[in-house]
Amino acid sequence: MEQFGDLFTRSASHLEVLLQGAGVTVMITLGSFVMAVTIGLVLAVARTWKIRPLNALIAIYVEVFRGLPTLTLLFICYFGLTYVGIKLNPLPAAIIGLGLSGGAYCTEIFRSGISALHHGQREAAAAIGMTPMRAMRFVILPQALRITLPPLGNYAIGLIKDTAVASAVAAPEILFRARNLSTETFDTALIYLLVAVLYLVMTFPLARWVDHLEKKRKAWQ
Amino acid sequence: MNGNGQIHVNRCDFGVKMTENKELLRIEGLRKDFGTLQVLKDISLSVGQSKKVALIGPSGSGKTTLLRCINHLESPTGGHIYLDGDLIGEEKRGVRYVRSSAARLARQRLDMGFVFQNFYLWPHLTVQENVALCPWKVQGKSQKEAMDLAEAMLEKVHMAHKRKEYPERLSGGQQQRVGIARALAQQPKIILFDEPTSALDPELVGEVLGVIQELAAEGRSMVLVTHEIRFARDVADEVVFMDGGLVVEKGAPADVIDNPSNERTIRFLGQLRG
Repeated sequence: MEQFGDLFTRSASHLEVLLQGAGVTVMITLGSFVMAVTIGLVLAVARTWKIRPLNALIAIYVEVFRGLPTLTLLFICYFGLTYVGIKLNPLPAAIIGLGLSGGAYCTEIFRSGISALHHGQREAAAAIGMTPMRAMRFVILPQALRITLPPLGNYAIGLIKDTAVASAVAAPEILFRARNLSTETFDTALIYLLVAVLYLVMTFPLARWVDHLEKKRKAWQ
Repeated sequence: MNGNGQIHVNRCDFGVKMTENKELLRIEGLRKDFGTLQVLKDISLSVGQSKKVALIGPSGSGKTTLLRCINHLESPTGGHIYLDGDLIGEEKRGVRYVRSSAARLARQRLDMGFVFQNFYLWPHLTVQENVALCPWKVQGKSQKEAMDLAEAMLEKVHMAHKRKEYPERLSGGQQQRVGIARALAQQPKIILFDEPTSALDPELVGEVLGVIQELAAEGRSMVLVTHEIRFARDVADEVVFMDGGLVVEKGAPADVIDNPSNERTIRFLGQLRG
């Protein structure tokens, strides 16, 4: 009994610290998600304008940022930019690093959503006098976004887990706090068990929601 | 009644009213290549106000491409299209023609309703929203005005009772009638029909042809690509037979369909009769 009581107090005191870390994890996730989705949406739409030099630049961006390990990108944002006089704090560095690599993924996700639509959808919009911009806004994107929700959800789940790399640049998220805690208390097993539970609490509901969306989409088709 | 009277006048070529002789659509030396394939070779046609022109011919003859070139869904390789004297999709600068802006072309397309073989309704919008989208988001009417107009247009194609449904819940014939209402809602000067019944099950063809016939009787101008030869004869003022990217024969339905003079026309019509 006493052992379990002890476990409970230890967990409670660890959780107090880890939950603060979870707050930072959520912040990094939300910040980089918004950045990635914005980049992805803008670039995927820009690609449809078929301006050759622009498309080449977008392709280079996607290939480079999709091909780099996120950790490398984070180090470049955090340490590398100091050489050109930009000193980022750990949190913004993590958000920008994850946002840039996520932007490359999201560009591809939205591109596939847009190109999944039958060309007749765009033609029908053109036939009623819509400019390509209007057609994009009222006909193409509303349908493309519906198609891309499940892959976007999967990306978000991956992103929550990927925020762990931010501990490498000392952003005070869950894993960073866990490492500090375990060096202070040597209660390593319990701490990382709690870390695992915290990540699952965040990813599980999101995963259920993605499943739900996919079922709904099948019914819609 | 009025509509029937007009058709009668057109058929007999009385040309009493000035407006009935007025040219609405002019196609001048139209050419279209897809790579090395010449799909249209020098097509010239004229469609008068309130006239109905049927394009017939074997598949691959270029009928659909011609129709799609009229509203520049395909950009012509050569030649020009005029609607009501307005040069479509291009502007004349000195002696040269340059492509006009997307915004200008979009405005010009408002005057040309287009009905697709495969309907292409927007699945994320209800039937009424599909029809209201043009007046609402393109022509800038208020949402209420646009929805009222959409309802009136759906009334015309006998689909008002389905206005709250999504397109996927409708039969092909019903979807096509909504497609026609969508074209009507932009209040076009001319309606272009691209094989409107070719994607339909045989038992659904009649309801769509019926609607087109009603519109024809209202004195609307239209160009209709079709394989329904009997329908073309009943509705059209002029029948144009195309083959190999050329206009082979054109004239009154009685001449082209019942007494074709060109050998290719005779063969094509013979094949249809089996």
